[in-house]
Amino acid sequence: MRWTWIDRFVAFEPKKSAVAVKNLSLAEDHFADHFPGFPVMPAPLILEGLAQTGGILVGHANDFEKNVVLAKMSGAKFHRETAPGEQLTYTAALLDLNDTGARVAGTVHAGGELVAEVEIMFAHVSPAQLPPGMPDSKFVFSGELAYLLKMAEAAAGQAAPPAAAP
Amino acid sequence: MTHDEIFAKVRATLVDALNVDDNEVTPTARLKGDLNAESIDFLDIVFRLERQFGFSIPREDLFPESIFQGDPKFVAGGKITEPGLVELQTRMPYADLTEFRKDPRLDKMEDLFTVDLIVNYLQSRVNAK
Repeated sequence: MRWTWIDRFVAFEPKKSAVAVKNLSLAEDHFADHFPGFPVMPAPLILEGLAQTGGILVGHANDFEKNVVLAKMSGAKFHRETAPGEQLTYTAALLDLNDTGARVAGTVHAGGELVAEVEIMFAHVSPAQLPPGMPDSKFVFSGELAYLLKMAEAAAGQAAPPAAAP
Repeated sequence: MTHDEIFAKVRATLVDALNVDDNEVTPTARLKGDLNAESIDFLDIVFRLERQFGFSIPREDLFPESIFQGDPKFVAGGKITEPGLVELQTRMPYADLTEFRKDPRLDKMEDLFTVDLIVNYLQSRVNAK
């Protein structure tokens, strides 16, 4: 299973906000167990998708030069369950950003309804702070996330076309 | 801004950041020992205070992380030496070292991070404006 919990970005405003969508499919393995005969999107996986949306927003703010690690979530509220066939919209808005980390306000909507909300804190982790044995100094924004980053950049381009186009 | 007003803001910040009750946040409460703050919470607290007070707070100003770096001049046998205490007071001018001086064990240093420490620091920043 791939640990990518968003499907694509639909809007991206650097250093401000990011919006991504996630389509829920009954083909996803976790629905078989959560719960048998009553498939519900697990709340932690909703938060993971929101953290990926916010994490890319935070990473983009420093041109992905820094490793961005999920540090803390607070005030998480879940308003209703979501089921296969629904599309989740993850919105992350940057609250604070500095050298040590960032805070993001996140919301999740489905069918125009608020599904969940949470505040997420990320920490910037320098190569010196990595546990021994970590081969790559940049380990967060690689692999599959690279594809999502391209999508984010495409979404950013749509949101803010170059003003000086001839 | 008065001391009481600053304390009220700090209390609200800590209630949000650490998910504790109002009455747990007393002036002498220790962030780790009493309010169960973890290291990552210190970063969160700084973010929230910056937002509340509208100025930037270098983390090292408020919560210096590695003051002694294992320097034998400052630490010996798990205790902070007299020159170490002088250095500590310089690096943490807002901390009350009275109690700590009686048994200056390195592993007790986290007890210096109290609600009062934050309030005193912010008071000096607000006064300096």
